Amino acid sequence: MTDKSKLGFYLLLMPLMLWLITLIILPHIGLFMVSISEKIGVRQYETGLGNYAVFFNEPLYWRTFARTAFMSIFTTVLTLVLGFPVAYYIAKLTRGRTKTTLFLMCLIPFWVSELVRTFGWMILLRETGVLSNFLQYTGVIGGPVEFLYNDGAIMVGLVYTSILFMIVPLVTTLDSLDDSLIEAGYDLGGSDYSIMREIVIPHAMPGIVSGCIVVFMLSLGNYLTPILLGGKDSLWFTGLIYTQFITRFNWELGSAFGFLLLALSSSIVFIGLKLSRQSLTETMGR
Amino acid sequence: MTTPADLVCKDLTKDFDDFRAVDRVSFEVPQGSFFSILGPSGCGKTTLLRMIAGFQFPTSGDLLIKGKSMIDVGPSKRPVSMVFQHLALFPMMNIGKNVGFGLRQRGVPAAEIKTRVGRVLERVGLPGIEDRQVDQLSGGQKQRVAIARCMVLEPDVLLLDEPLGALDLKLREHMKIELKSLQAEFNTTFVYITHDQSEALVMSDNIAVMNKGRFDQIGTAKELYYEPANAFVAGFVGDANKFSGKVMGIDGQRVTVTTNGGAELSAQAMHGTPSIGANAQIFVRPEAIALSKTAPSDNPNTTPRIVDSVLFNGANSMVLLRDPQSGETLQVTLPQTGDLLGLGKGDTVFADWDPAQARCFATEGA
Ligand SMILES: Nc1ncnc2c1ncn2[C@@H]1O[C@H](COP(=O)(O)OP(=O)(O)OP(=O)(O)O)[C@@H](O)[C@H]1O
Ligand SMILES: [Mg+2]
Repeated sequence: MTDKSKLGFYLLLMPLMLWLITLIILPHIGLFMVSISEKIGVRQYETGLGNYAVFFNEPLYWRTFARTAFMSIFTTVLTLVLGFPVAYYIAKLTRGRTKTTLFLMCLIPFWVSELVRTFGWMILLRETGVLSNFLQYTGVIGGPVEFLYNDGAIMVGLVYTSILFMIVPLVTTLDSLDDSLIEAGYDLGGSDYSIMREIVIPHAMPGIVSGCIVVFMLSLGNYLTPILLGGKDSLWFTGLIYTQFITRFNWELGSAFGFLLLALSSSIVFIGLKLSRQSLTETMGR
Repeated sequence: MTTPADLVCKDLTKDFDDFRAVDRVSFEVPQGSFFSILGPSGCGKTTLLRMIAGFQFPTSGDLLIKGKSMIDVGPSKRPVSMVFQHLALFPMMNIGKNVGFGLRQRGVPAAEIKTRVGRVLERVGLPGIEDRQVDQLSGGQKQRVAIARCMVLEPDVLLLDEPLGALDLKLREHMKIELKSLQAEFNTTFVYITHDQSEALVMSDNIAVMNKGRFDQIGTAKELYYEPANAFVAGFVGDANKFSGKVMGIDGQRVTVTTNGGAELSAQAMHGTPSIGANAQIFVRPEAIALSKTAPSDNPNTTPRIVDSVLFNGANSMVLLRDPQSGETLQVTLPQTGDLLGLGKGDTVFADWDPAQARCFATEGA
């Protein structure tokens, strides 16, 4: 490379580097510094892992942490199970105009803000809401039932918010699967199940993994949906971080929580990639 | 016939909306023979083959394999296997898994799958490649693996949809011979579709010429070549010089035609003689035309012609001749012997052919 083109290269790289450094690396360094300082008096700090110790000694904290992780994983699995047939239908069983229309219909919910969408669910699920009234009307239940403020409601909201991010990569990878491979499978005597398992799913694996990573991260880091639909009793780890920063003014503990969440999402994604034998570059490179 | 034919189609028809892709096709393929379906692009070959394989439902007609109707049988249950146009090997599996796929679906024990896969790969000349990946094979090797993957299931009929289309010319020539010998080796009925007439002529026991969804003629390569049933077959199978004109005289089977350029030619009418004054077409094979530097006897088709160009290609050399009066060109095989060897552009030669070797057909729809 000549000096001139080198300069051009760095200039082009600048926005990316700026973004990485100012918005990701610097805040995290700051967060980490704050998280390892313990408050011992008014404006007196000491370096140590005390904030992390608080987390492990207080069952409410680590239980919420584990709960958030499990529910996010469950949301991811549920989204995959619901999204795969939809994506398969769009990619393989429709063509032309119908395909575009269906794809756009998946996008429609995203034209309104997440807040409005979540309120929509609240209108449906609350005690005096549409679902409760309908079930009373048909006589399935005797009195009004509250469907909001439980784990199920959170799950519904999270799946709804993130399913598009599962469908898009799945449709893309399934689209690239040659129809004649599926036909060849049937021709050689394959059943629906064995063709799904031996041909379609192995081919769609990169799409499945990248969809799962995105949905998992979105669920884990979601704040609005769990708070609004889960209410007081259903805690979410991001809610705890919010409380520490804003309500308690305990930035040190909040930072430690933030760091733990980062470690959690990184390690679960790592384990997921190892289990599915996919590499991150291969998955995201598609 | 003592044993029923392996594959019988009776009036098979397929309509897409208002378009008829396959139109009342009937044929029989006896056990162990190589049957080709030859036709131009878009004539409905793939549609016909997909109906036999079970991927498309015929609108009407019947389809029998080994005497049993296959209309209500799904593709995975039919005793036919298909080699796809782009082979459709599974890239997510290695070669051994690919070839063993069908056996695994049938619940054959793993040890038996291993020996049967090994044996079939040996028979196609690729022993010991079970652990390789699909993208590590050459085009010809993939071809043979695709055939092995079907043959390991011992199907009654093997369907092949232009399997050589993706290969380069040299390999295609080689695979032609290889396919024919594989067919003889497995002694399985092959139904082969192609738009390449030389593939069909070289390999097949029987050939069907398909045009616009119909079978125009079914016969051996020789029959199609020397006794074409109509103008389409005469023009499509093999090279031919084609002249259009009006019928001027009829003498038994011998028809005399004045071409649009004004030349007078005679030829043999095969299937029904056209009437005087009707439009007709004459087909003459390049190798049926004799060339000489001196005017030969009183043959009605002899005319002096000027050499337009010499297309040298070793033993397959051709010469393009132009009729100085009508301007019509004629393609003739150029023998690499005698005084014709030195033929050059602008020379005058006499071209003549026996009218019994030229074919005349009434122009359809005229
Ligand atoms: N699913 C379909 N719907 C409507 N028309 C179709 C469909 N499949 C094929 N056709 C039409 O049927 C005709 C025959 O198609 P087919 O694929 O059988 O041709 P082919 O002889 O195999 O041609 P090629 O040599 O190019 O492969 C074509 O005109 C095509 O447009
Ligand atoms: Mg075709």
